[in-house]
Amino acid sequence: MSVFTKTWALIRNTWRTLTSMGTALVLLFLLALAAIPGALLPQRSLNAAKVDEYLVEHPTLGPWLDRVQAFDVFSSFWFTSIYMLLFISLVGCLTPRLAEHIKSLRAVPVPAPRNLSRLPKHHEAEVAGEPGELAASIDGRLKGWRRTIRTDGDVTEISAEKGYLREFGNIVFHFSLLGLLVAIAAGKLFGYEGNVIVIADGGPGFCSASPAAFDSFRAGNTVDGTSLYPICVKVNDFDADYLPSGQAVTFAANIEYQAGADLERNSWNDYRLEVNHPLRVGGDRVYLQGHGYAPTFTVIFPDGQTRTSTVQWRPDDPLTLLSSGVIRVDPPAGTYPDPDERRRQQIAIQGLFAPTEFLEGTLLSSSFPALNKPAVAVDIYRGDAGLDTGRPQSIFDLDPRLIGQGRLNREARVNLGVGEEKRLEDGTTIRFDGAVPFINLQVSHDPAQIWVLVFSLTMMAGLVVSLVVRRRRIWVRMTPAPAGTVSVELGGLARTDNSGWGDEFERLTDRLLTDGGRHS
Amino acid sequence: MNSTDIDIELARYSDWAFTSSVVVLVLALLLLAVELAYSRGRKVEARELVGVGADSATPGIVTTADTRTVDERIGRAGVALTYVGIALLAACIVLRGVATSRVPWGNMYEFINLTCFSGLVAAAVVLRRPQHRGLWVFVLPPVLVLLTVSGKWLYTHAAPVMPALQSYWLPIHVSVVSLGSGVFLVGGVASVLFLLKMSPLAQRDNGFGRMLARLPDAQLLDRIAYRTTIFAFPVFGFGVIFGAIWAEEAWGRYWGWDPKETVSFIAWVVYAAYLHARSTAGWRDKKAAWINVVGFIAMIFNLFFINLVTVGLHSYAGV
Repeated sequence: MSVFTKTWALIRNTWRTLTSMGTALVLLFLLALAAIPGALLPQRSLNAAKVDEYLVEHPTLGPWLDRVQAFDVFSSFWFTSIYMLLFISLVGCLTPRLAEHIKSLRAVPVPAPRNLSRLPKHHEAEVAGEPGELAASIDGRLKGWRRTIRTDGDVTEISAEKGYLREFGNIVFHFSLLGLLVAIAAGKLFGYEGNVIVIADGGPGFCSASPAAFDSFRAGNTVDGTSLYPICVKVNDFDADYLPSGQAVTFAANIEYQAGADLERNSWNDYRLEVNHPLRVGGDRVYLQGHGYAPTFTVIFPDGQTRTSTVQWRPDDPLTLLSSGVIRVDPPAGTYPDPDERRRQQIAIQGLFAPTEFLEGTLLSSSFPALNKPAVAVDIYRGDAGLDTGRPQSIFDLDPRLIGQGRLNREARVNLGVGEEKRLEDGTTIRFDGAVPFINLQVSHDPAQIWVLVFSLTMMAGLVVSLVVRRRRIWVRMTPAPAGTVSVELGGLARTDNSGWGDEFERLTDRLLTDGGRHS
Repeated sequence: MNSTDIDIELARYSDWAFTSSVVVLVLALLLLAVELAYSRGRKVEARELVGVGADSATPGIVTTADTRTVDERIGRAGVALTYVGIALLAACIVLRGVATSRVPWGNMYEFINLTCFSGLVAAAVVLRRPQHRGLWVFVLPPVLVLLTVSGKWLYTHAAPVMPALQSYWLPIHVSVVSLGSGVFLVGGVASVLFLLKMSPLAQRDNGFGRMLARLPDAQLLDRIAYRTTIFAFPVFGFGVIFGAIWAEEAWGRYWGWDPKETVSFIAWVVYAAYLHARSTAGWRDKKAAWINVVGFIAMIFNLFFINLVTVGLHSYAGV
């Protein structure tokens, strides 16, 4: 054998193996198996902080898992290769079947086997009448079957077959799966989603015209951020209702938005944004995804100038909305002519916020998620709050290095209720003014998601058809018998779903042969 | 669809119905197990044949109507009690719904009750013939385990549902998924019994072997497994798709590999493998049944581990 023949044989055999049902089964299993770590291990796409936590807790195992992409299962090379192989196998298996199915649509039912009594289902009867008439009558009763009548001498044979739709449904199901995959991939390529926190006080809000407007932004490979659909949103208020147990009953934000032509006219539309009721505008969706509180502090500097700041704090306990965060305040311009000196006089307030104060001694926690009795427990720092370091930092935490290096020093630790204040040694006064709710908005854009829906529906339709329709073949052979009767022989074959075929065949023979095949 | 007014009185009746249902089902299980363990072989079927003759009013055959043996009566009483238990569970679910003025599947307790109810109704339909009665002995234990866990550890007071669940998709998605899961449960049990029946255990001449011998034949078990699975597979598939449509509305994406979504995907792929195995030479009998059992395990895992241990978007009502 030449090298060419050998290679060709290898390719052909590999292709045959890949497209065989056994391989498809193994690949299906591998796919199920490969998805398991995605359910058991924390995933970056869902919660990156959890992954970091896991890596800290498992210093030896963690990095190895990370190396094999166990924290990014659904975008990992092995998960991708399994489903790509599965889809190649599917195309390889289904394309010839599609061709065969198209051919079979024009095919005539096959002639009857010589010995009908060898078929799994068989019936014989003597019927009064004449072969031609009987054949026409039986043929009429086989409505819905594809059938043909053949005559050979005085023997008349009917071949009938039904259930072609089964294979059609099967093919539709599998090709829809393919379409589904393409639609999902397109959505991932051309889609984006961004999250932004907006304080619910009727303030300026935000416009989704550039990724910079978002606190976090995840985009597909083709999205460069220059052609986002602009939507502007102002949040006027936010209501939440709770049961006495603290369980939430409703979340709703009254927003105003503008998009499309509104932007030129500068007209605003009202919308009540609720969970399960996203704002759909221009193919984009705006969701209410979370909420929390933004406490307000006023710093009164010794010279009487004041600075007020409201900053969102991070909800740490989803049930009671006990939150933590930090507020950084720059001294008023002109107080310290030397910029270095000014940088050393910044005020930072870090600590806990409780919407409903619950004290154990001086330890603050929250007993209820609504703003019933807001209180804070904070450390007040003076020094370099990190505003001018130029380093990216968390808006919820002070950089511990600044405290460690002595550039930021704690001046006081206090519990404050609304309107209460703390006076520092130099006369600076810090007042807690209360809190306003903020909401977390998500703007999502996925041009292909409608196709994902369409393909999943055609997939299910194909599946149901392929499970409900059964393939059946029957043959009727009529031979003239003495004394004006016809000897009828029936044979039947279930090509799929054998169960129940026995009863079905009996009912069918009854129906075909009642009244000697004649319509009454 | 979400009222903060809870009818405490009705909620209490619902809880009573739940407890009664569990007690009645335990009794039913005991009776059915007694029949399965002590009935003497094939006698029952022989008598039924005679009974059919009498019904068809063939002249010359006279049978006295009431010649059932003690164990047959016990078995019939067991089935009757099972139906009573199903009715009580239905009452528990309906009363919950009326008490809270919402669909009664807003937390794990209610969801598991509904899934068990679906499973029991599916079993009642599949096992309606007297000769299938023995299979109840294997369907009831997993249902009772689920109900006990649900009532003892997952019990949640009647209350309105959280905002994320306030959607018209709640009745659609959850009921369809429960129906699919419940029917898969029956198919899973049938496959386990099929494998036991095919195993050497069924040949042994001990109590267990004889009990297995009294069950319907392996082919029938296999057919029950297949029929229930081809029913549940598209139903569960629709349940997942409805879930995806709802997720798009509530969470901002139709699919995000949340643990529950992931395991539903796994279960669906496993059942797809089962259906393919059924039409592949060499995989039909035992291998296919094993795949069905794996799917069954995935569903149970999805129900408990994912909702109760991992933290995801499907963790509701503090459990």
